[in-house]
Amino acid sequence: MASIRELHQQLVRKERSAVEIATEALARVQALEPKLHSFISVTADRAIAQAQQVDAKIAAGEAIGPLAGIPIGIKDNMCTTGIRTTCGSRILENFVPPYESTVTQRLFEAGALMVGKTNMDEFAMGSSTETSAYQVTANPWDLQRVPGGSSGGSAAAVAGGQCVVSLGSDTGGSIRQPAALCGVVGLKPTYGLVSRYGLVAYASSLDQIGPFARTVEDAAILLGAIAGYDPQDSTSLQVDVPDYAAALKPDFKPRGKLRIGVIQETFGEGLDATVEAAVTKAVEVLQELGAEIQVINCPQFRYGLPTYYIIAPSEASANLARYDGVKYGYRAADPDNLLDMYAKTRAKGFGAEVKRRIMIGTYVLSAGYYDAYYLKAQKVRTLIKQDFEHAFQKVDILVCPTSPTTAFKAGEKTDDPLSMYLSDLMTIPVNLAGLPALSLPCGFDDQGLPIGLQMIGNVLREDLLLSVAHAYEQATEWHKRSPSL
Amino acid sequence: MTTTATKTQYEAVIGLETHCQLSTETKIFSNSSTAFGADPNTNIDPVCMGLPGTLPVLNQKVLEYAVKAGLALNCQIAPYSKFDRKQYFYPDLPKNYQISQYDLPIAEHGWLEIELDGEDGAPVRKRIGITRLHMEEDAGKLVHGGSDRLSGSTFSLVDYNRAGVPLIEIVSEPDLRSGAEAAEYARELRRIVRYLGVSDGNMQEGSLRCDVNISIRPVGTEQFGTKVEIKNMNSFNAIERAINYEIERQTAALEAGDRLVQETRLWEEGAQRTISMRVKEGSSDYRYFPEPDLGPIEVSAEQLAAWKGELPELPAAKRHRYEEDLGLSPYDARVLTDDRAMAEYFEATLAAGAPAKPAANWLMGDISGYLNNEKKTLADLPLTPASLAEMIGLIESNTISTKIGKDILPELLTQGGSAKMLVEKKGLIQISDPAVIETAIAKVLEAHPAELEKYRSGKKNMLGFFVGQVMKQTGGRADPKLTNQLLTKQLDG
Repeated sequence: MASIRELHQQLVRKERSAVEIATEALARVQALEPKLHSFISVTADRAIAQAQQVDAKIAAGEAIGPLAGIPIGIKDNMCTTGIRTTCGSRILENFVPPYESTVTQRLFEAGALMVGKTNMDEFAMGSSTETSAYQVTANPWDLQRVPGGSSGGSAAAVAGGQCVVSLGSDTGGSIRQPAALCGVVGLKPTYGLVSRYGLVAYASSLDQIGPFARTVEDAAILLGAIAGYDPQDSTSLQVDVPDYAAALKPDFKPRGKLRIGVIQETFGEGLDATVEAAVTKAVEVLQELGAEIQVINCPQFRYGLPTYYIIAPSEASANLARYDGVKYGYRAADPDNLLDMYAKTRAKGFGAEVKRRIMIGTYVLSAGYYDAYYLKAQKVRTLIKQDFEHAFQKVDILVCPTSPTTAFKAGEKTDDPLSMYLSDLMTIPVNLAGLPALSLPCGFDDQGLPIGLQMIGNVLREDLLLSVAHAYEQATEWHKRSPSL
Repeated sequence: MTTTATKTQYEAVIGLETHCQLSTETKIFSNSSTAFGADPNTNIDPVCMGLPGTLPVLNQKVLEYAVKAGLALNCQIAPYSKFDRKQYFYPDLPKNYQISQYDLPIAEHGWLEIELDGEDGAPVRKRIGITRLHMEEDAGKLVHGGSDRLSGSTFSLVDYNRAGVPLIEIVSEPDLRSGAEAAEYARELRRIVRYLGVSDGNMQEGSLRCDVNISIRPVGTEQFGTKVEIKNMNSFNAIERAINYEIERQTAALEAGDRLVQETRLWEEGAQRTISMRVKEGSSDYRYFPEPDLGPIEVSAEQLAAWKGELPELPAAKRHRYEEDLGLSPYDARVLTDDRAMAEYFEATLAAGAPAKPAANWLMGDISGYLNNEKKTLADLPLTPASLAEMIGLIESNTISTKIGKDILPELLTQGGSAKMLVEKKGLIQISDPAVIETAIAKVLEAHPAELEKYRSGKKNMLGFFVGQVMKQTGGRADPKLTNQLLTKQLDG
């Protein structure tokens, strides 16, 4: 499938209509869903109606923006007015929001065509999209394998060409890890760059919405459309949003010296040899492009995972308390009394992983444990942030593998939560520090599975990240491969 | 038996936790209305309902009102504070956590002054410590079918109109010692928030809700007794009576050798007693943690100074000034300052030239009586402070008598206008010319020879009759003092 820029030119030159583009994308969704299961809901009528509006604009001679007429997938944890938003959970099976999330509002105003709501781990808790209450999404490169998670549906839909771009959310790696496992570009912005209004919360201090795309340029265009201050989100940053896409130069040469740091702690035990080799090669390519390479130590990096599994469940245990059967969503039938209604509704409405994290969070926030767990985790979080601050005094960008392994087989880790949690080892510290990071393809293993390179930027340096990623992408061929479906 | 076992004397240790609804137009974290009395679930929005994905945004008016209340209560305002989540499950709490403030409240370490009548009639002033004041959101309201309470009801309905209405919670130090002190503390708190205009303080509508913590201990001891919390009092009198009841109940229990239990008790207005609601076993674990959806609350020194500059003179300061500078009695000072509008009317009357005591008397007497009877407020009154001052001036200068003042007041109250012009129009200016009064006296004496005879034969109490007749002759305008003098001279002479 074509890029945003190509489709935009076709629309402007009236070579194709938006309705034709929508119809084609919907046909591909239809054709591949039996294999991929990327979508919880397909919103064909909505996509066609939006396409008709774009066509009417073009016919009236009005200017259209780059995203007008572009098929897009939305992770099913972003609220869409009148369209059910399940969060991958039974407890929200029939929840139809009466309000629009800020990101979808901005995309619809830009004329994007929503083809559907994508599958995800329940409440974004998971690294394989297998905790979804609805279906298991397949990795387009090997249907026996997982697409990663939690935004696995959004990653698979883009990799499989069911839509041009999509939105995911990233709390501990939920955009970057599936992007790596599906061979696409995925970007987690600086905390506060993109509004969380309408994003069903998992862990509020870590959640951030970001784009999936097949090219860095497409990711840059989508990020530009959703980023920027929103008065409805108190954690939203009041900053000007640069034109990320316009700043991408095909012949990137870093002004002055571009310093890239390789995080030493990410190389070692648990890292696949093929992943290590691909990342090492990618660093050489960056060096050839003119970057100065340094080895950087982030000694606190390894505390990211335990810190995350205290802070995220703590916030989640409060955020998910509202699903009680009283106001909306699933309510267990025939409760004996109020307490019984709460217990049955939550016992039946939530899956095992969600319950596990609610219990962890409830436990660590309890009187007598708060200081030992939550407070200590917040202190370690500060240390991790300081680690990155020190690193960014020496370098402009940090690189490391996105995921220690390529895509694993469905069912392989579902009974071993700890090994599943390790999938996010490389991505989690970035969320704790609130920094921007992206993953882009940097090779394939011997089974033809994609490998992701993670680039981490300093606060609000999405522009630099995208420029460097774009230069790397233009210097390599990885992004040109497609899965055969 | 002549042994007199000296009974242990107990004293009560009382603290109040007061929830006060702030009178903002919209809710604390969203834009639906805070109006009272709307149909159920009509003043709601996705944010106050805690729907998935919605986020709170602090209403800046709430911060302003909370800081002003903190300043008025002599608190230290935190330059940096934060919101926390207080977690518990209940159907009236949409998110099953309440956004409140835990360890860094917006205001701390304050006090307010109450004034009560002492035994000799002199006022007793007492400072009551304010531990803290914090901002939080209110919950919704449950309506139970088939019972007043959840237990025993066949179904329950939830009204979320009140969910997200802004509250300040004000916690006092355990400085109160009687029901009367506690009720006066609550009254003073209400006066202050009303003066500030940050709350209507309406107890019936639940804008002001007081929970009482009370224990008793032998006089002279330091250690606190077993604490009981009392809820459900919706008037100041109820607070006083509930505390007095509880002091008696606890004293009787201890005297009977019983142990008190830490519990929450409900005041039953009908039966005039407290009943046990639930026994507290340890403290509840609300699993507080910092609210990640809201940033820190920062109040700059400039902002603080600006808000401080907007504070009105508060009731205690006014009471002191009225007593010490204007020479009013403590009682008068308290009545006049109870309501800010009354105090302002009084001060405007003074500014227009009236002396304090007569202005106070007119306002507290005839004018308040009229307002009470007519169920009106000072704002409804056509009579301006300037006109009232003018009328008082006419009396003070003997242009009219106090009686004429009372006669014309109803017209001034209902029609407004200038007192002086009304007096002139009606020809009510007092007659102070002795010659005119003497003529009237002469006529009266001539017309009543029999009465004159009686008087002169010793019935001196007939004087009143003659004064009345002279007043009748002069249309009530004769200077009463002068009339008395001249009459006495004529009658006795």
